[in-house]
Amino acid sequence: MSVALPTPGQTVGPFFRYGVEFDAWNELAPPGRAGAIRVHGVVRDGAGTPVPDALLEIWQADAAGAIPAESGSFHRDGSTFTGWGRTHTTDAGEYEFFTLEPAAPFIAVAVFARGLMDVLHTRLYLPGATDAFLESLTPAERTTLVAERTADGLRLDITLQGDGETVFLAYR
Amino acid sequence: MTELTQATISDEIAQRHADYEARVAAGAQRLHAPFLDFDPYRSSVLRHPTKNPKLVDPETIELESPAFGHRDVADVESDLTAQHSGEPLGERMVVTGRVLDGEGRPVRHQLVELWQANASGRYVHQRDQHPAPLDPNFTGAGRCITDGDGVYRFTTIKPGAYPWKNHVNAWRPAHIHFSLFGNAFTQRLVTQMYFPGDPLFPLDPIYQSIPDRAARDRLVAAYDHDLSIPEWSLGYRWDIVLTGSRSTWFEPEGSEA
Repeated sequence: MSVALPTPGQTVGPFFRYGVEFDAWNELAPPGRAGAIRVHGVVRDGAGTPVPDALLEIWQADAAGAIPAESGSFHRDGSTFTGWGRTHTTDAGEYEFFTLEPAAPFIAVAVFARGLMDVLHTRLYLPGATDAFLESLTPAERTTLVAERTADGLRLDITLQGDGETVFLAYR
Repeated sequence: MTELTQATISDEIAQRHADYEARVAAGAQRLHAPFLDFDPYRSSVLRHPTKNPKLVDPETIELESPAFGHRDVADVESDLTAQHSGEPLGERMVVTGRVLDGEGRPVRHQLVELWQANASGRYVHQRDQHPAPLDPNFTGAGRCITDGDGVYRFTTIKPGAYPWKNHVNAWRPAHIHFSLFGNAFTQRLVTQMYFPGDPLFPLDPIYQSIPDRAARDRLVAAYDHDLSIPEWSLGYRWDIVLTGSRSTWFEPEGSEA
């Protein structure tokens, strides 16, 4: 039973970058390290226009499937895998992370943006992975969560609204 | 083209709040979150999902939070008045409180980040065009790690009100952006803290995107004279509760196809 009422969210606004950026923020694994993949895509709004001021975070298991318990994301040492990273979208709405492919079906993704009142949670599923939740979705819904394998990693676009709208999550 | 006035925005806000109260009076549960679909904040129009989020049991990674610690954050990062050679302009203050989860348990040893405008209402961000002065002694970003009781504490200055282009003569109430991690990634929260008695509250479509009065009030810090330091700084207290609760209304069970 809940004894404390939640603090409401508010938009991250347009001017978050200097508040939340840090060195190598999107490099959970250094690019070029053995096993490092690039996870990337484009964030679009309901008109199909790229969103140039979104903030994305990923949080994931490591290459052996373990949940990282190591701190150090803000001062990455090049070898410790913390499992967490963040980045902003470019003027073209693009995001990219460098990470290790988790031995798990999905990577957790949190989306923030100017104009977006509260966090949106979603999942980036690895191609070929499945679970009961993914099975419960329609094929069109599933498409919005399953990444495409590319030459250097994985690609998944995020659509905030409209055609191809990403499936967002509300946790029980 | 007709100018979009505060009166129009205020009417839209009043209508949405009246609709909310009518639904609550008819038996709907109260909301603890903002509406994602809230036209008075014009930038939300194309950026809110139109489908209900999918209810899901959080799994594995979602039930944990990333770890942060003193490898990540130095103690000095919680003092935004000590990041430059001189003292920043403005009203010096301490902001402190506890981070709790929905069961009232402290969120221990977790990251709290904040960022804010300076005392003139200007952000350091390069795209902020507000013609108010930058302060060479104030950047406006800080971090800390909560202690064993979930307590965070920052020293900073009170930010100024800030003009924006949502409509003609739109001003944001003074606010500090906060970013929080809970005991699980489902509890991830980005929000804004406000100051008591701000006359801009009723006019602001971002603050008013939270339709429930009691929920809005929970974003307002309390002035706490016991936190004020004689001859030095004022003090505000603001507790934060992270539950990861759903952020939108659901249609009643069974009504979905």
